[in-house]
Amino acid sequence: MNRIEKTLGELKAKGEKALITFVTAGDPDLEITEKLVLEMFEKGSDIVEIGVPFSDPVAEGKVIQEASLRSLAHGTNLTEIFGIVENLRQKTDKPILLMMYVNTIFRFGTERFFKLCRENGVDGVIVPDLPFEERDEIRSFADDNGVIPISLVAPTSHQRIENIASDARGFLYCVSSTGVTGTRSNFSTDFDEFFDEIKKSCKVPAMVGFGISNPDQAAKMGSYCDGVIVGSAIVDIVGTLGRDSVEKVGEFVRSLKEALK
Amino acid sequence: MNEKKGRFGDFGGQYVPETVMNAVNELDAAYEKYKNDPDFITELKRYYRDYAGRPSMLYYAEKMSSDLGGAKIYLKREDLNHTGSHKINNVLGQILLAKRMGKTRVIAETGAGQHGVATATVCALFGMECQIYMGAEDIERQSLNVYRMELLGASVISVSEGTSTLKDAINAAMRDWAENISTTFYCIGSVMGPHPYPAMVRDFQKIISEEIRAQLIEKEGRLPDCIVACVGGGSNAMGAFYDFIGDESVRLVGAEAAGLGVESGKHAATAAKGTMGIFHGMKSLFLQNEFGQIDPVYSISAGLDYPGIGPEHAMLHQKERAEYVPVTDEEAVSAFEYLSRVEGVIPAIESAHAVAAALKIAPKMGKDQIMVINLSGRGDKDVYSIARYRGKNVVNS
Repeated sequence: MNRIEKTLGELKAKGEKALITFVTAGDPDLEITEKLVLEMFEKGSDIVEIGVPFSDPVAEGKVIQEASLRSLAHGTNLTEIFGIVENLRQKTDKPILLMMYVNTIFRFGTERFFKLCRENGVDGVIVPDLPFEERDEIRSFADDNGVIPISLVAPTSHQRIENIASDARGFLYCVSSTGVTGTRSNFSTDFDEFFDEIKKSCKVPAMVGFGISNPDQAAKMGSYCDGVIVGSAIVDIVGTLGRDSVEKVGEFVRSLKEALK
Repeated sequence: MNEKKGRFGDFGGQYVPETVMNAVNELDAAYEKYKNDPDFITELKRYYRDYAGRPSMLYYAEKMSSDLGGAKIYLKREDLNHTGSHKINNVLGQILLAKRMGKTRVIAETGAGQHGVATATVCALFGMECQIYMGAEDIERQSLNVYRMELLGASVISVSEGTSTLKDAINAAMRDWAENISTTFYCIGSVMGPHPYPAMVRDFQKIISEEIRAQLIEKEGRLPDCIVACVGGGSNAMGAFYDFIGDESVRLVGAEAAGLGVESGKHAATAAKGTMGIFHGMKSLFLQNEFGQIDPVYSISAGLDYPGIGPEHAMLHQKERAEYVPVTDEEAVSAFEYLSRVEGVIPAIESAHAVAAALKIAPKMGKDQIMVINLSGRGDKDVYSIARYRGKNVVNS
C-alpha cells in the first residue's frame, strides 16, 4: 500500500485530522531542506510536500515564487531533489510528495521521472498546471510505478467537482479560494456548500489548502474536511530566517498540529 | 487534428490550474456558440470595416521589388489598421465575445505594447474596465505605448519579476485571472495559451490571409508563391498563413527573433533552438534548459521576446509545412531602415524581422513570382529605441 493511503488510513482510524506541510526544495539550500522535512515530520506533519522550483510558477503567490527563484539562482535541479528524498528515506517512512509543474516532469522524461520516484521513495505528485482533462499526460506512468497523482478541485470547479472527486486517489486537494497560493486573512468561499458538494462523490480524504497561515485558521478550515495543507506560511519563515529557520518551522508545525487536535 | 481538445497534432491542449479551468471551458463554450452566430459575425465585420479600417491594403512595393531584382513584392498593410497593428483584429473579436459573456473587466498582457494598446482601445469603445500587464523592461522600451494605454483609460501594471518581459507579463495576467475569474475576461494577444485561445485567436486573425487571397486574385489573378511574417507567439503569421495552408504551392516563412545570433544564447528563436515542453497552458516548442526551466530570452523587439511559439506553428514546423528562419537584431534594424528609405513605410521592429527575411529570400525568386510580406505593425513606437541602437539621442532630456 502506498504510504499516503496507509498514513491517512491510520489517521482516520484514530479520528485525527491530517497536517500536510510544504517546503520549497533548495531554499536556502538542500541540506536545510532535508532538515526542515525531518523537523516537520518530528513536530507533527503527517505528509510533507517538497516543492520543485520552477522558473515560472503561475499558480504561486509571491512567497513561493520568490523561494523558487532563490533556489534556482543557485542551480537546484530535479536530480538533486531525488537525492535528498533518497537520503530522507533512510530516516523516515512518512509520505513524501513532490509538488511541481508539468513541464519539469515532461522535459525530464515522464517515464524516467516516475521510475525515479519509485526508486527514491516519492509517494505522490501534485501538479498544479495539469488539470483533470489532461491527466493522461502522466497517469499510466504514475500508476505503473505506484505513485499517486493528487487531484485538485477549486471553488470554481462547480460541475466538474463530481468527476474529479470521484476519480481522486490518495487524497483530494481542495483549493480554498480563487487565485494563487499565499496567506490570506479571510476567505470568501462558502465552505459548507463547497465541501457538501465534494463529499457527495469523494471516496478519499479531502484536504484543504491555499491561504492557511496560522493555527486558528487551520482549526477552522480543518473542521470542514479531513485535514489542512500549509505552504506559504512555512516558506515565509524559511525565507526570513534562512539557515536558522529549522527550529522556528518546527514550533510552527507543532502549533498547527495542536490546533487540529 | 482533434479540435475538440484543442490539439494541433502533438501540440496544444489545456494545461492550466484548476482555478481557471472552468473559465477556460466557459470561454470555449461561448466561442463555439458565437463563432458561427450570424449576429456576432455581422457585428464583428462591421467593427472590422468601420472601426479598424479593414480590409487592409495590399500594396505593390514596386521600388523594393526592382531594387532586389527578384520576386514581385506586396506588403499587406496591417500597420494601417486602427491602433497600428494586426492586434485589433483579435481584440475586437475577443471583446465582443466578452460582452456577450457578461464580463465587465478585461485583462491582457503585452510585449511591445501593441496588443495592450488595441485592448485598451476596444475597452474604451465598449466601456469596460481594463488592466494591462507589461514587463518592467518592456515599459522602459515602449514608453510611448504605455502612455497611449493610459490615455485610453487602461491601467498599466508593471511586472518586475523574472525577466521583466512578455513571459512574466503573461504569468502575472494568469495569476490575476485565477483571482478574479468571475468578472474578468483574459484577452490573450497571440495564438498561444490553453485551448480555445490558439484556435480562437487564429480565427480572428485569419482574415489577413483571406484578404490576401482575394486581393491578389483581383490584382494578379493568382496565389502568391511565398508569404513572410514575423513570429513571436505567432498571431500575425498564423493569420497570414492560415488560408494558404492547404495550397502547397505557397511557401510559408516565419521570421523569428535571433537577437544577437542563434548561437549567442541571447535570442528568442524558438523553432531553431526550442524543444517540446508544456508551458503557459499549451504543449509546444519552448526555449528551456534540460530540467524544463524556461530560458530567459532576448530580442531588440519586445513583441518577439517570448520563449515559445503557438502550438499550431509548432505543428506546421514539425510537418515542415512552414519554415522558420532566424533574423538578428542587426538584420532587423537594417530592414527597418531599408523599408523606411525605399518605400516610405516605417515598419514595427517586429515586422522588420519579416522584411529582413524577405530581403534574403526575394532576390532568389524569379521575377514572375510573387511574395507577400505581412507588415504586421507600424514603427512609430520603435523610432526612439532604433535611434538609441544606432547611437543617436532623439529625445530632449
